[in-house]
Amino acid sequence: MSDNRRGSPYAPHTAEDRGAMLDALGVDSEAALFDIPEPVAFDGEFGIEARSEQRVTEEVGRLLGRNDDLVEFLGRGHYDHYVPSLVDHLADRQEFLTSYTQYQPEIAQGFLQALFEYQSMLVELTGLDVANCSVYDAATALGEAATLAARVRATSGSRVLVPELMRAEKRSVLENYTEGAELTVDTYPMDDGNVDTAALADAMADDAVMVYAETPTVRGTIEEHLDAVGDLADDHDALFCLGTDPVALALLERPADVGADVVVGDAATLGVGSAYGMGLGLFVTREEFLRQVPGRLVGAGEDATGRRAYTLTLQTREQHIRKERATSNICTNQAWVALRTAMHVASLGPDGLVDLAENAVVRARETADRFNDVPGVQAPAHDRHHFREFVAHVDQPAEAVVADLAAEGYAVHAVGEHYIQICVTETNEHAVDGLVAAMEVAAK
Amino acid sequence: MNYDQARWSEADRYEPLLSEKDTTTVDVEDSPLPDDLTRDSLSLPALSEPELARHYTRLSQMNYGVESGPFPLGSCTMKYNPKFTEDLAALPAAGVHPDRDERTVQGVLGVMHGLQDYLARIGGMDAVTLQPPAGAAGEFAGVLVAKAYHEHNGEDRSEVVIPDSAHGTNFASAAMAGFDVVELPSAEDGRVNLDALEAAVGGDTAALMLTNPNTLGLFERDIETIAEMVHDAGGLLYYDGANLNALLGQARPGDMGFDVMHYNVHKTFATPHGGGGPGAGPVGVVSDLAPFLPAPRVRQTDEGHFERFDPEHTIGKVHGFSGNWPVLLKAYGYIARLGDEGLADAAATAVLNANYLAEQIEYDVPFGPFHHEFVASAGEQDAADVAKRMLDYGVHPPTTKWPEIVDEALMTEPTEVETKRSLDQLAEAFDAVAGEDDETLESAPSSTAARRIDQVAAARTPRLSWQALDE
Repeated sequence: MSDNRRGSPYAPHTAEDRGAMLDALGVDSEAALFDIPEPVAFDGEFGIEARSEQRVTEEVGRLLGRNDDLVEFLGRGHYDHYVPSLVDHLADRQEFLTSYTQYQPEIAQGFLQALFEYQSMLVELTGLDVANCSVYDAATALGEAATLAARVRATSGSRVLVPELMRAEKRSVLENYTEGAELTVDTYPMDDGNVDTAALADAMADDAVMVYAETPTVRGTIEEHLDAVGDLADDHDALFCLGTDPVALALLERPADVGADVVVGDAATLGVGSAYGMGLGLFVTREEFLRQVPGRLVGAGEDATGRRAYTLTLQTREQHIRKERATSNICTNQAWVALRTAMHVASLGPDGLVDLAENAVVRARETADRFNDVPGVQAPAHDRHHFREFVAHVDQPAEAVVADLAAEGYAVHAVGEHYIQICVTETNEHAVDGLVAAMEVAAK
Repeated sequence: MNYDQARWSEADRYEPLLSEKDTTTVDVEDSPLPDDLTRDSLSLPALSEPELARHYTRLSQMNYGVESGPFPLGSCTMKYNPKFTEDLAALPAAGVHPDRDERTVQGVLGVMHGLQDYLARIGGMDAVTLQPPAGAAGEFAGVLVAKAYHEHNGEDRSEVVIPDSAHGTNFASAAMAGFDVVELPSAEDGRVNLDALEAAVGGDTAALMLTNPNTLGLFERDIETIAEMVHDAGGLLYYDGANLNALLGQARPGDMGFDVMHYNVHKTFATPHGGGGPGAGPVGVVSDLAPFLPAPRVRQTDEGHFERFDPEHTIGKVHGFSGNWPVLLKAYGYIARLGDEGLADAAATAVLNANYLAEQIEYDVPFGPFHHEFVASAGEQDAADVAKRMLDYGVHPPTTKWPEIVDEALMTEPTEVETKRSLDQLAEAFDAVAGEDDETLESAPSSTAARRIDQVAAARTPRLSWQALDE
């Protein structure tokens, strides 16, 4: 084991150092330091062959080469926006990338300030007071919002209302989070891709602790009835939880102005790109719920010289102190992704962010119009305003259309027997002409 | 060679916030949407790329990472993160959308399948899910699986037993899943108290959550008896993988009688901690529990294709998509790089380093022998002050004041990547601080970007955004 070529390439001892250390401990080998009873000791053979860095890189490249090279027009809660090179280069500085949670703030001022800036950007975008510096993704953020609702309204209800049109995966995560809090999840109907407010009013009762709505919705429609949802929630003393993302927030009504109590969603629409679903959970709420917020909060304070400094704060809510009475079990979160997202927002600036959002409306509209011109296609399926994506009705079976498009090099969603969904951003708009041409063949 | 942190001049006082440099307000009036659907304006910083590059470079210079110096943070396993795995995660072919048809992402599914297989071998488990996006998320998934298993067998078991020295996440995860927590006091030797365990387990016990080696760095030598007691009571044994680095190739949770476990890939498999994440917390189970794992999992067909499938009695999902894939890809690269010998050597060297450092320092180190970490006691000194003073000696301090069963705890885990020279540097820092008076300790640190921060005052008057600074 002293031969480093056979051991870990990152365990640096020379044979001499190792010998000196073993001598200091008065043992012959590391084996003597292990205090493992013989019946449960393992012989070390996993059957995993060590490879050189070069070989592993080649192998992973070869494995990933089995992915088909498709232009993706996929969205439905996970979006690909162009990430400026600045983000990669600066976020990859080891001081950020390889650091730990900021329990020693005096040597973590850089990361703490970046997270403070991230929180501040979300405060501006939502109009609410308190942003945490990340949970895992939109689905777990929604779960955390529901358990917050259960805590602040613990005595009077147990139902969480969600739209019938939402990702099944997100609902499944929500159900796992709510089960332990003894909440039940019910759906309310949608009307042409937006909230059916009359039906929601019927579904509401005083046993609802939270109502959840999204804008843009999973079908890419911009929700037009957020005020009404907020009023209904207020009337029944339920929390209004709004799902959205930072690009949409640059353009759409401020959540604070429509009565949202908690804003959740995936902030990794900026900063990451298509990372096979890795996200960044948004969690922003009103000051009155400050002590019920899950996870990390960065606050400004002062150091011993009176200089402004940043620190993790209100940690008595958290699992490492409060244990089973914590507001959440979250420990490791998505801090580095939050850093990337903040860098991306800063790179765009307010003009760039608003442009990105306006283009998301215009591109979806123009692309839907082009689809609508294709025989056998009606688009958009919902008579609403759209953001990034839209649903189209196809006369052919959706699965067959999707397969035909994949054969031509394009990935789109099938969302019903005769419905497909197309998401267009600056990363795939160059391929819209080709997609429309392929559609003309597939839709026949 | 000590690490000295960047500090800006007294005139600057601090690196200004982005908002303090230049903020612009944009009207959102001429948007392509009706006014009643849009906000009025947006105010955000507007800086040039060179300004931003300087801003983030300066922030990075006020931050301590694994390449800055020794990082012996107990139970957190802060080891060196290989560079090449970053390149793997950055491969364009890795950046695909999670809703892609499985036939078109055979590469991603192939790597995931390979990692599932590696982790099963390393843990001695029969089936693995990669979905949980962090260790605590893995715990949550694991206890939900245990709950679903008992319910499927018609058993109503409401309690999870957890030693008092366990990670706080264990308690919080069990509570989130709806269990009552039964806290187990440690024995005199820092290990599980078998009498207390006997009294704690019974017909209500769903599971015992155990870290082995535990947070004191001690191997639970009675693990076979513990497993028998829990299993005889009808409960399951849950392995908290936080300390798995010490056992690689030496022992496997499955062989010790554990039924369900999570892996912390950012600890054991050297993916970067990212200042608090992303991590990944895959869960492994024995075959009886496999039907309850989160959906979907990945399997290989007889023809060699990879496909997703939903386990028969799945608990559903704990992440909206498939977890933190780039992190998983880095872990695959690390495991492949090290192989059997490298993994075993990582554990052996981590244990050697911990014991060597424990032997070198003046502070009292109760219990032992240690595996990957040890908990020293600062005795009459305040452990938090000791930590602040160690910053002045150019090293990251240990985890402090936890577990509570050691007075003024300094939980120290040097990992396998520290050289003898840097271990000696750490020992010198410990010993220098051990000899210092309270006044010196209380005024530390002085060589860092900020001096001692008043965290109590910051919590009393929360200011959580730059907007709040103006109030």
